[in-house]
Amino acid sequence: MADRRPFLHVRDVGKTFQIGSERVDALHHVDLTIDKGEFVCLIGASGCGKSTLLRIIAGFETPSYGDVRVYDAPITGPGSDRGMVFQDYALFPWMTVRNNIAFGPRQKSLSSAEIRSSTEKYLEMVGLAKFADRYPYQLSGGMKQRAAIARVLANEAGILLMDEPFGALDALTREQLQDELLEIWARTQVTILFVTHSVEEATLLADRVVVMTAGPGRIESDNRVSLTRPRDVSAPDFNAVRRNLTEKLTSHVSRRRLKSVA
Amino acid sequence: MGVVASGTKLVPTPYMVAVMMRDFAFGGVYDDAFSGTILTHLLASMQRVYGGFLLAAAIGIPLGLLIGKVAFVRALLDPTLSLLRPIPVTAWLPLSMVFFGLGPRSAVFLVFLGAFYPILLNTVFGVRSVDGKLFEAAAMLGCDGSRMFRQVVMPASLPAIFNGLRLGHGFAWILIVVGEMTGVPTGLGSVIMDGRTLSRPDLVITGMVVIGVAGFACDRLIVVLNNYVLRWSPQHRG
Repeated sequence: MADRRPFLHVRDVGKTFQIGSERVDALHHVDLTIDKGEFVCLIGASGCGKSTLLRIIAGFETPSYGDVRVYDAPITGPGSDRGMVFQDYALFPWMTVRNNIAFGPRQKSLSSAEIRSSTEKYLEMVGLAKFADRYPYQLSGGMKQRAAIARVLANEAGILLMDEPFGALDALTREQLQDELLEIWARTQVTILFVTHSVEEATLLADRVVVMTAGPGRIESDNRVSLTRPRDVSAPDFNAVRRNLTEKLTSHVSRRRLKSVA
Repeated sequence: MGVVASGTKLVPTPYMVAVMMRDFAFGGVYDDAFSGTILTHLLASMQRVYGGFLLAAAIGIPLGLLIGKVAFVRALLDPTLSLLRPIPVTAWLPLSMVFFGLGPRSAVFLVFLGAFYPILLNTVFGVRSVDGKLFEAAAMLGCDGSRMFRQVVMPASLPAIFNGLRLGHGFAWILIVVGEMTGVPTGLGSVIMDGRTLSRPDLVITGMVVIGVAGFACDRLIVVLNNYVLRWSPQHRG
């Protein structure tokens, strides 16, 4: 029988920062549940708290109130069940690609044969087997991000937290990595929470698109994308979904703009 | 005036220096106290340079890692170290003779002092400037505590540590001359001092050249080691 407890549960989470004498409401009573194996995109204008929410789920920051639970167990800090993929890769520059991927398995008391086999498996999966002995500085941006993805997969993280992972890449590489990510997601059935500011990217990738708004940061709407996969960015129904999401994303922004003009 | 009138040459010609160097290395020209003694003096100096330098590295690197990483140690030691730092190493010369007497130990102490601060400060800087994202990445991969120190802090600080080692090594060779002016019978510094006392500028210059060449050769060795250890970082290659 399937586990009925929510897999990832963000429960009434808020975060306020003190910047000088000003208190900034980065997140305001945010509730979100994500099922196992779901691909969820978080979109919103900058300053809406989407990265903060991701960092709280990763355990890098503690919420001011509320908590985040995985199968009802509150998280208390960074853990190997949740793997973060950073926009600027954060690979260990003194390690080869292979050793970067082996870093997580090495922290556990696995045999060297187990470490090697899992490292090779994910090197293969992200197509970096030929570049295994290169250092990060010898890789292109796309290859670095592939290595970073393999690093969290090799760590058997059930949840991938991706913070605008393809934001720094050129359009062609981005498309390629989007395809590869979907393939990896289908193969590993990992749960993905993906922050982006591109509506098209969210429409292409996600089962659900969560739209956030700023001031204070909160969830504006939670939209299921029921387009069949593989999705075609030039299809009319894709366009309809994208337009709908864009409206949700910008309506709030323009409303605020009008208010400030008035 | 008297010097000019008597025709005495205070600055020897390159040829005179070359002859002196040949005698210093192999003997057979002047056959005096300095003939064929290059190895004795070079080895004596190198022992002191590397005694002091390695001591400075052995204390400076671990201490720097601690000061950089542990706030308590920083609060404890930083005021003292900051107060002692501006004192020029040469100012320690009289005190070091009181502590260690006339002799090689005093020279080792001065070399140690000169190499210690660049090594320490660069190590502290290296630890303090590790990209915070790397700690986050390591933490989410299950790394913590002392493993974090060994697997992230130390390798990430290596470029700065090497920078400190190279600077400290340069100071070590500078200070050996000062250290060996304190009445030690051997060493390249003492050769230079003897040359001065005996009014033999060719000997002084010979000592200078040998120190320069030895310091340069040893620096290249450190650069080779640096390039191998930091082969992952093209901007830190010397």
